[in-house]
Amino acid sequence: MAAQGRIVWVSGPAVKADGMSDAKMYETVVVGEAKLVGEVIRLTGDVAFIQVYESTSGLKPGEPVVGTGNPLSVLLGPGIIGQLYDGIQRPLRELSKASGSFIGRGITTTPVDMAKKYHFVPSVSVGDEVAAGNVIGTVQETDLIDHSIMVPPDHPGGRIASVVPEGDYDLEVELATVESAAGGGGDDGGSNSAPAEPLRMYHRWPVRKPRPYKDRYDPTVPLLTGQRVIDTFFPIAKGGTGSIPGAFGTGKTVTLHQIAKWADSQVVVYIGCGERGNEMTEVLVEFPHLTDPRSGKPLMDRTVLVANTSNMPVAAREASIYTGVTIAEYYRDMGKDVVLVADSTSRWAEALREMSGRLEEMPAEEGYPSYLASRLAEFYERAGRVRAAGSPDRDGSVTLVGAVSPSGGDFTEPVTTHTMRFIKTFWALDAKLAYSRHYPSINWMNSYSGYLADIAKWWGQNVSEDWLDLRSDAYGILQREDTLKEIVRLLGPEALPDEEKLILEVARMIKIGLLQQNSFDDVDTYCSPDKQYRLLKMLVEFYKRGQTALKEGAGLADIRAMPIIGSLLKARMEIKDEETQKLDQLGAQMAEQFQGITGVKVPS
Amino acid sequence: MSGSEAAAAAASKGGVQYSKIAEIKGPLVIVDDVENAAFDELVEVETRDGEKRLGKVLEVGNGKAIVQVFEGTTGLSVSGTNAKFVGKVMEMPVSREVLGRVFDGLGRPKDGLPDPIADRFIDINGEPMNPEQREYPKDFIQTGVSVIDGMITLVRGQKLPIFSGSGMSHNLLAAQIARQAAVVGTDDEFAVVFAAIGVQYSEAEYFKRSLEESGALKRSVLFLNLADDPAIERIITPRVALTVAEYLAFDLGMHVLVILTDMTNYAEALREISAAREEVPGRKGYPGYLYTDLSTIYERAGKLVGKKGSVTQVPILSMPSDDITHPIPDLTGYITEGQIVLGRDLFRQGVYPPVNILMSLSRLMKDGIGEGSTREDHGEISNQNYDAYSRAQEVRALAGIVGKAGLTEIDLKYMGVGDIFEKEFLSQSIDENRNVEETLSILWKVVSQLPKNELTKVKDKYMDQYYQGTD
Repeated sequence: MAAQGRIVWVSGPAVKADGMSDAKMYETVVVGEAKLVGEVIRLTGDVAFIQVYESTSGLKPGEPVVGTGNPLSVLLGPGIIGQLYDGIQRPLRELSKASGSFIGRGITTTPVDMAKKYHFVPSVSVGDEVAAGNVIGTVQETDLIDHSIMVPPDHPGGRIASVVPEGDYDLEVELATVESAAGGGGDDGGSNSAPAEPLRMYHRWPVRKPRPYKDRYDPTVPLLTGQRVIDTFFPIAKGGTGSIPGAFGTGKTVTLHQIAKWADSQVVVYIGCGERGNEMTEVLVEFPHLTDPRSGKPLMDRTVLVANTSNMPVAAREASIYTGVTIAEYYRDMGKDVVLVADSTSRWAEALREMSGRLEEMPAEEGYPSYLASRLAEFYERAGRVRAAGSPDRDGSVTLVGAVSPSGGDFTEPVTTHTMRFIKTFWALDAKLAYSRHYPSINWMNSYSGYLADIAKWWGQNVSEDWLDLRSDAYGILQREDTLKEIVRLLGPEALPDEEKLILEVARMIKIGLLQQNSFDDVDTYCSPDKQYRLLKMLVEFYKRGQTALKEGAGLADIRAMPIIGSLLKARMEIKDEETQKLDQLGAQMAEQFQGITGVKVPS
Repeated sequence: MSGSEAAAAAASKGGVQYSKIAEIKGPLVIVDDVENAAFDELVEVETRDGEKRLGKVLEVGNGKAIVQVFEGTTGLSVSGTNAKFVGKVMEMPVSREVLGRVFDGLGRPKDGLPDPIADRFIDINGEPMNPEQREYPKDFIQTGVSVIDGMITLVRGQKLPIFSGSGMSHNLLAAQIARQAAVVGTDDEFAVVFAAIGVQYSEAEYFKRSLEESGALKRSVLFLNLADDPAIERIITPRVALTVAEYLAFDLGMHVLVILTDMTNYAEALREISAAREEVPGRKGYPGYLYTDLSTIYERAGKLVGKKGSVTQVPILSMPSDDITHPIPDLTGYITEGQIVLGRDLFRQGVYPPVNILMSLSRLMKDGIGEGSTREDHGEISNQNYDAYSRAQEVRALAGIVGKAGLTEIDLKYMGVGDIFEKEFLSQSIDENRNVEETLSILWKVVSQLPKNELTKVKDKYMDQYYQGTD
């Protein structure tokens, strides 16, 4: 039975209630006369320690606390895409109908419109055996999302006793009834079978429990983001994990927005965890007007937003990460590639720290609880490329990308260091690059990708064989430049021989013409793999031709004066993805101009 | 009179009175045998002599309430002090009449005039804006200060702090913004809300005089908690100021510019309370929830769907020993939409405003500029100037080591760009109000010192139109 207790103590988002001996850990409870949502996070005797997901202002000892018997869960079904949720899956649009421009308290709504009708096409018939995870039919959720209706993962399965014909149904309609074989004897006419829970378009799933799957694969296919420094230099795989740490002003949010916009996944879950309100508004305003480069449909048709901004209650911030990743896993189970972007995991860690402090737990580094690392590990482990449970066979992936906001930009602080242990792609944002307006300010010396070897195969097969060589050449130039810079810092650039000055010059061109990317430029914001490859190839070729030219007697000044440099550096903005012949022309001009400078010198 | 009668009498006045003070430590009073207090409730603490002070409940339970006293606990005694729980959270009375008035740090009149007649009483803590109901800020505010308009553009509904250091000219800059931003777009009503948080009398007086001289004082509301006022009151000052600002913006439809100075004093008051409560500290002794707490102030800027007005915040904070990684500027920068950073070097050279553009940023700039609001080339020319100035700084550093002789010809050109940028673009006088056309044309003049090949961030069509160089 549900626990019924009384509040004995209130301090900020933390509440203690007694008479709660029937409560379970992580059970959702209703707190006070205002009916606030909370979650049990510690039980001592009959006293429950509760974190409350809404403002506790005005709450008094003596007010009632009632258990719901259920852990914190999300509702999974059609209607999730395009929504803006708070940390506990309350749709903010519905909340504004109830409480206006500001967020009120104690409002209950359903996460999706339960009365909306979807056109259901069944894929099972009476008599079919179904198990947990099986697809029983599909509905078209948005233009981009065909939504599989699945037997819930905790359903015992059994034989379909009845199923509705194709047609329009709302979420509450029983689409199919199932006779469970668990009743004994088996299939002797069904008399022994017990009726199991009927199947509807939706089910609920506890957020802190990863959804089960059948098999797990290594991530080997790149998640293409259209961002050159990511795709070409530090790629992430579908089903992989990545982290973007950076001090404020280094462009974390813009980079995450770019990934959310252009990643070649079918579903994007964007979690604004303790960040700015206007950033969520920006996504809401911008995404419906942006079109997916692959399908031509509005990006909002594949996006779910979970927003718990910095000034919203801190406990719900802790929950928002789990709410988001559970929704991501649900779409993964349909066989889709899902990208989850969390901005910022540091705020989530701070929420953990705040609750831990109120629980008076012994703190570890910088006041963070000792279980910070294990919580981070659990979260990132929910990424992966999997074969979903049930039939038919479906392969989907969840890619997790988390921003980290290290205090003072110091990467040795606990959240950054622990995160680095659990992720494979690390995009280190650099304040110095950001100050010189080199965006995205991903530092090429400190960043890394653990997926490069696997992903190189994909580029080799799909774009060009020599991709990995060219990338290594370009990266080599950047590494050489990094060492040469030390000398320049001491002796000035004139102290270097021309060959090394050429390295500096080409490194500068790689930075401006390839690594930098203007998110706010219509052309430059997205770069196709083919254009990325061609730009990379031309810059490496420039270097090689430059070396030859120097050997054949040309001066560095001649190379610097070539008008082609300006065109090469602006190609990322001036030449569109589909205008490949213009890129070819550039290549031809480059060859011509190099011939020009050596042609003059060699005979003399 | 029996105890129950006394309680009943107190209740009839709107609250329950308790006299059992168990402990007084720092800014906190711990009241015993409390039965009916709520979290966050307003408390009136009455001393033996009948002096009343305000406070609020920080923690309640098991018969105890921990009360934070805004005006400090000096002179309170364990016996003879009464705590009255008022039965509501702290509210600020608001009406149009607050315009032109001066209040203290708790929102009580300080100008000798009576309380304004309240139109509404509003909870000073405010409620979080629903992100779904926010309107994305994109209306350009011309401040007339070139470096802000050209490189760190401010838009209506933005929160853009000034990171300064002690003694630098942040007050002059903030006052100039307040005077000049108020003049443009005269069809819409504007107002200035100024909250002094623990600043010196002379600084507050400078703002007041500056607003007076420009004729903006009657459209302003001032909240003054000066350096010698109770420190704990500073927790409340920005909140009452923002409550008034939200009322003016969203109930009366005005465009409100809020200046909060100095947020460092606010954070220090917060640390004092946290220490008194013996909480586990985060960095440098500041509480672990400093980020969340600051966000409940800074996030109260913005525009709302279907409402005419806006709240724009320009908080000022002095970075302790000019250190931008100190927790206060650090956490502020993570919440606000950019920052204007003042540089000690420029200040020493006598440059006004001494803005270090490389460390400064306006996150909302991209949506406030361009075709239809400023000019189509604005974004690119501003990027090009950032790029050039940053290169100029590198070259200057290099010249310091190898001397000018070790520099290439192009490096020398960049050095020239740095000088012109600081002399002609950055520098301007306190009463100089440049329009955005002038600002942009100086930006073009600066980078036109460079050959065309160097301008990689500007599209060719803008080069043809605006480039003034000979190459």
